[in-house]
Amino acid sequence: MSGGTFVGMPAFPEAAHDAVNNKTLRANLRHATHTIRGKRAKAVAEVSDWAQLREAGKRIKDHTLRHLDRYLVQLEESVTAAGGVVHWAADADEANRIVIDLVRMTGESEVVKVKSMATQEIGLNEVLEAEGIAAYETDLAELIVQLGKDRPSHILVPAIHRNRGEIRDIFAREMSEWGRPAPEGLTDTPAELAEAARLHLREKFLRAKVGVSGANFMVAETGTLVVVESEGNGRMCLTLPETLISVVGIEKIVPTWQDLEVFLQTLPRSSTAERMNPYTSTWTGTTDGDGPQTFHLVLIDNGRTDTLADEVGRQALRCIRCSACLNVCPVYERAGGHAYGSVYPGPIGAILSPQLRGTASEIDASLPYASSLCGACYEVCPVAIDIPEVLVHLRERVVEGGPATREGTKVVLKPAKGHAAERAAMRAARWAFSHPGALRTGQRLASRTRRFHPRTLPGPGRAWSATRDLPAVPAEPFRDWWQRTNGGKDTGK
Amino acid sequence: MNSRDLILGRVRRALADVPHDDTPYDQAVDRDYLREHGDRSVEETVELLAENLADYRAIVHRCTGDELPGVLAGILAARGSASVVVPPGLPPEWLSAADTARVEDRAVSTVYDLDEVESVVTGCALAVAETGTIVLDGGPDQGRRRITLVPDHHICVVRVPGQVVSSVPQALERLDPARPLTWISGPSATSDIELDRVEGVHGPRTLEVVLVSGDGPDRTDANGGDQA
Repeated sequence: MSGGTFVGMPAFPEAAHDAVNNKTLRANLRHATHTIRGKRAKAVAEVSDWAQLREAGKRIKDHTLRHLDRYLVQLEESVTAAGGVVHWAADADEANRIVIDLVRMTGESEVVKVKSMATQEIGLNEVLEAEGIAAYETDLAELIVQLGKDRPSHILVPAIHRNRGEIRDIFAREMSEWGRPAPEGLTDTPAELAEAARLHLREKFLRAKVGVSGANFMVAETGTLVVVESEGNGRMCLTLPETLISVVGIEKIVPTWQDLEVFLQTLPRSSTAERMNPYTSTWTGTTDGDGPQTFHLVLIDNGRTDTLADEVGRQALRCIRCSACLNVCPVYERAGGHAYGSVYPGPIGAILSPQLRGTASEIDASLPYASSLCGACYEVCPVAIDIPEVLVHLRERVVEGGPATREGTKVVLKPAKGHAAERAAMRAARWAFSHPGALRTGQRLASRTRRFHPRTLPGPGRAWSATRDLPAVPAEPFRDWWQRTNGGKDTGK
Repeated sequence: MNSRDLILGRVRRALADVPHDDTPYDQAVDRDYLREHGDRSVEETVELLAENLADYRAIVHRCTGDELPGVLAGILAARGSASVVVPPGLPPEWLSAADTARVEDRAVSTVYDLDEVESVVTGCALAVAETGTIVLDGGPDQGRRRITLVPDHHICVVRVPGQVVSSVPQALERLDPARPLTWISGPSATSDIELDRVEGVHGPRTLEVVLVSGDGPDRTDANGGDQA
């Protein structure tokens, strides 16, 4: 059972096209994003120092990123001193290999998982499955996605695209394949669905010997890891198994214990619009007699250092995965999370994925365009990531190419394929504007033939005009009109 | 080259354009945000805690130290709990009026044993008024993390005002990061189905908080110092 991969995803406009035409999906999404957006605004308004907290969060993260090497080493020392074992993984393959080996060493063939963006990013579940290790997602939304052989479509609420009827059907059909079946006569009330998940997962929690998690924060000074959640599935996975393996991106560090006072205030309010999420667990290495007695921390790079090398784009690493930017984005609301072709959808995904993965694929080259640049995402971001600025920066990289870092090496990127027509058009425009005679002739010709113009473009321009109508050509070029009417004075026309 | 050196090398090269900066960390970040929100008296802070706990659907009780055994016995009786798990350092007076069977969480007991138990009674390390949060740090009157997780009904005793802080910053100041901490704000909940909030997915579905004021059968240290 897998969460599915995003390999071979079509570019954003194509994937979004289907979503926009799916009425159920759009209704589910609209309901969810508007509900959460209103609640969030209320929760944020409750704290009078939001602007200062946001600024402090930004600065803590910027400072950490600026000295990331030092804090990584400090974290390694403090986790080790507290009884944990630290592993380093340069890419997804290496991280997956480390986790497989660690699970093998325990002799177990199943693991329970806390919802984690990092393990989704590296496709851990699929790799474990291929190795004969069952990985059970235990977050309710992740369970819905996993049982539905679906893909997550939201950072916080991965099954946001599903309504209660769809969830009921998935539970009734799939639960028996993986353990305790759904109760007979299961209805679609949220309480009954949650109860079915509770019963189905409890047998897994109680017998699990290995837990796999990510972390929201890691404190360099103390070696403490933090997981923020609602359902208690996180607590189950973090405390009942004998072995805990946490897979965490290297950017999740904060320098000091005190720094948590900022993020434990901004994260819950920004993500679930609560004063505080129901459960927060912190642990520092292992504790005798309480919780897992073996703790492994797998630190993953997987494109993060390449992102760090980009002076404009590196701010994306400040992200604390609150998902507020998804809920306010007019493009996300209509296109849905799947169209972004990544575990990181929405505005943050549009800048994170093309940096973590590079812009070589069609989907990654299209992501910087999956935005109207309205700026709402920047406004709500609790760490003030200027997402529009990075989007524009990445668009330039896609169209013009230029210097970038891939796998730690500086490279000069060629313009992405498919954007040749756009560049040719810009070159032609430059030439025309610097040759007034040719421009005039062209405009007159265009006006005279306007009855024959198609509404869409053929050939390479088709992609552009598939999402817009071509502008109508006026009956008379402006410059002719100006000359004929003496700037409008003669006829008033 | 091993991956550790590879990653650290990449980080250093990635930051080559960043000017050198030796500002000590305590000066690098402006902490001009508030230490607490609003100006409240001690009574008002306790009141706010009670309100926020209730707002997140915890059931709140208030009593004096002398009344505590009666209140706890009443809660367990009302629930009809056949058994209650107690941490090793829970003051014995607390449950002196309850006739519910007491289960101790021993090293040899399994999670399956715990799963048979209906309720758990614990103290706490502290409570945060602004967010309606109780924090457990594994002290003697709180026990291992699993005992407040597997049973379906958690009763948590908070001594007021001694264990109450206003805000998250004040809470972190008083907590020891070396201990495993569990912050609890209301019972387990999910909003994953059409964003309808449903209480109780995997943790306790009912959280009852008893705010105990005054002297009485009580401990003194917020971090679980003396044991009964």
